[in-house]
Amino acid sequence: MTRLASLRVIVVLTAILGINYIAWRWFFSLNWDAWWIAVPLVAAETYSFIDALMFGMTMWRARARQLPPTPARGLAVDVFITTYDEDVGLVVKTATKARDISYPHSTWVLDDGARSDLADAIAGVGVGYLTRGGSWNGKPLHAKAGNLNNALMVTSGEFILVLDADQAAEARILDETLGYFENEQVALVQTPQFFGNVGPRDPFGSQAPLFYGPIQQGKDGWNAAFFCGSNAVLRREALMQLGVTGYVDEVERSILTALKGATKVISRAAHGAPRENETLQLALQEVLRNVHQTRSDIRDGRPIAAATYKLQRAIAVISESMVALDMQLLAKDLAAIAEMVPASAGGGDYLRDLDLTVATLASRELSPLGAVESVQTLLRSLDVVRADQAQPIMPLATISVTEDMATSMRLQSLGWSTVYHNEILATGLAPEDLGTMLKQRLRWAQGTIQVMLRQNPLVQKGLTVAQRIMYFSTMWSYLSGFAAVVYFAAPIVFLVFGVLPVATTAWLFFLQFLPFMIANQVMFLIAGKGNPTWRGQQYSLALFPVWIKATVSAAANVYFGRPLAFVVTPKSRQDAQPQVRLVIPQLLVAGALVTASTIGLLRVLLGIGEPVGTLVNLLWVAFDLVILSVLVPAVRYRGRTSTEGEH
Amino acid sequence: MEITVERRDDGLVVVHPAGRLNMVTAGDLRELIASTITAENAHVVVDLSAVSFIDSSGLGALINGLKSAREAGGDLRIAAPNDQVRLVLQLTNLERVLTPYGTVDSAFADV
Repeated sequence: MTRLASLRVIVVLTAILGINYIAWRWFFSLNWDAWWIAVPLVAAETYSFIDALMFGMTMWRARARQLPPTPARGLAVDVFITTYDEDVGLVVKTATKARDISYPHSTWVLDDGARSDLADAIAGVGVGYLTRGGSWNGKPLHAKAGNLNNALMVTSGEFILVLDADQAAEARILDETLGYFENEQVALVQTPQFFGNVGPRDPFGSQAPLFYGPIQQGKDGWNAAFFCGSNAVLRREALMQLGVTGYVDEVERSILTALKGATKVISRAAHGAPRENETLQLALQEVLRNVHQTRSDIRDGRPIAAATYKLQRAIAVISESMVALDMQLLAKDLAAIAEMVPASAGGGDYLRDLDLTVATLASRELSPLGAVESVQTLLRSLDVVRADQAQPIMPLATISVTEDMATSMRLQSLGWSTVYHNEILATGLAPEDLGTMLKQRLRWAQGTIQVMLRQNPLVQKGLTVAQRIMYFSTMWSYLSGFAAVVYFAAPIVFLVFGVLPVATTAWLFFLQFLPFMIANQVMFLIAGKGNPTWRGQQYSLALFPVWIKATVSAAANVYFGRPLAFVVTPKSRQDAQPQVRLVIPQLLVAGALVTASTIGLLRVLLGIGEPVGTLVNLLWVAFDLVILSVLVPAVRYRGRTSTEGEH
Repeated sequence: MEITVERRDDGLVVVHPAGRLNMVTAGDLRELIASTITAENAHVVVDLSAVSFIDSSGLGALINGLKSAREAGGDLRIAAPNDQVRLVLQLTNLERVLTPYGTVDSAFADV
């Protein structure tokens, strides 16, 4: 039996056993008397089962691609190295490796820090150096996505290799990947991210052999390989198309929102304007009528530019006629005065050039209409050029701090294909201390949750059902922090209070639970192809404070506009803080588990506790402690030593 | 790609690009439009009749031109695209923002 066939058998087995177990838990073994712990527990178990199901679906089509043809000669390629504050020596090294890539190309260092010492050093390497232009002053910078978008506007290569500042590329990276683009539907070729400063023990779980391997291959099988921000080649045409369609969507959305708001504001202004000023009242009514007309024009699919231009002209005309009316009244008054007062020093001089005066007064700032703040706001917001942004076209998605996933999802919804090429073609640097690693994981999780909340893949038009599930599955896995809390709490509740969330006998429980659990672990084993995947499973529960913080802060950001406190992952070791302080929540949980075990044992000895249930829960505590133990070497890690990591 | 600029007596600026308006040439058009537009001459028509092919970078140059024109208080309009250009405008939905006019003369007929 081939590996893929046995994998599919175990996936089906896991699904059947899992459905059986979860159904039994919900309908036949839920202890409703202790619902406050029983329901959270069964919800957490259901969460984990759905996670396993989607993992199984990912693996269903996990296979290696055939190697692409040798690329044609003469393709125009730009290599972008993004940097913000990384060490100059590191960027120079990366730039040199990029310059030496064998397929002809242009290399550019995209320095978001605009550092003059880096500019000088890069000049020595003999590659291009780019910083943000003046148009970005005072506009949202959009971090790395903005940096790349800026560079896309000033370069012209047909293909773009994106590298983080620490990713030293192999000379053959383009020769191995450009061939995929002979298929004109291909927009992206992603290669693995691999770290050279990590020893075989990998205390922080930096290498992601399951993700950069079976998982990406599986997603690729459903045409849903993700863009991961670095070590990937992109087709410029696809990105620009994304930029153009995104521009149109954004313009339409913002104009409809602005017109809707304007209707409200102008009505209020008309209400507040002096009743006796009939000119102003009439003018505001006229503006309102025009705004309504424009809204229905745009909703009917009429061209947006023409509709808004018409509205701006209409408002200008209204404004002008209003000034003209006022001036005529004024002129009459002055004429009357002039008749009464004998002509001496030419009292009507101001009004000699009536037309010029009207034109001047009708200009936006001076007209009486313009004085009504609401109309000015409307004129400003009728903007088809995204004046609030540095450039109207933003090819890389700016809706999240992790621009990559959102970008590939949008590419696929436009009908482009993506490729995952499973060969290490660049080597980078992983965080070397716990604090940095935790910040990095937090940022990834926040970005992923942001995309889930802003652009839920399950409802994205243009994606296949499988593609939707592939994106959703990654987002879903970041919600594991809440499940972890329940998995830690449930045995504590039993051992301390004797409250059992499951209403059954131990024998029946194991009969239901163990087959599913074993099938699940075998599935991971086969999927991982012998790669160490256990550490990944440990971290997905042990870092529960990070995942919870990420979910809460991303939700607060998306729904209430609260800042995420974005941090760039430092590439050098941060020594300042004591490591243990970073895992206080986990230490408290471990302490609670041990204390609860002692209490549980005492309860059995005193004849209060139930022996079999206690034994089961002690095993559970042991499992929890093994999960948390992944943090012990991480906290103790003091950087690379001569015995580890040098190879 | 060749680009010529015609300044009409009524202040209208007509830009005539010819050939393939793609990622290689888009930058030239963008810079030319940006440098041509002034506060007095901010009404621009891009005559696409001699453009044989356009890609998304070409569309990007037109959008950037629109931005320059609007910021100078004017407008940018496009005229006389061939079928391929029309199709790309349709597929990207850009025709809703930049609506093609049949001829250069009809582009600013409403002003």
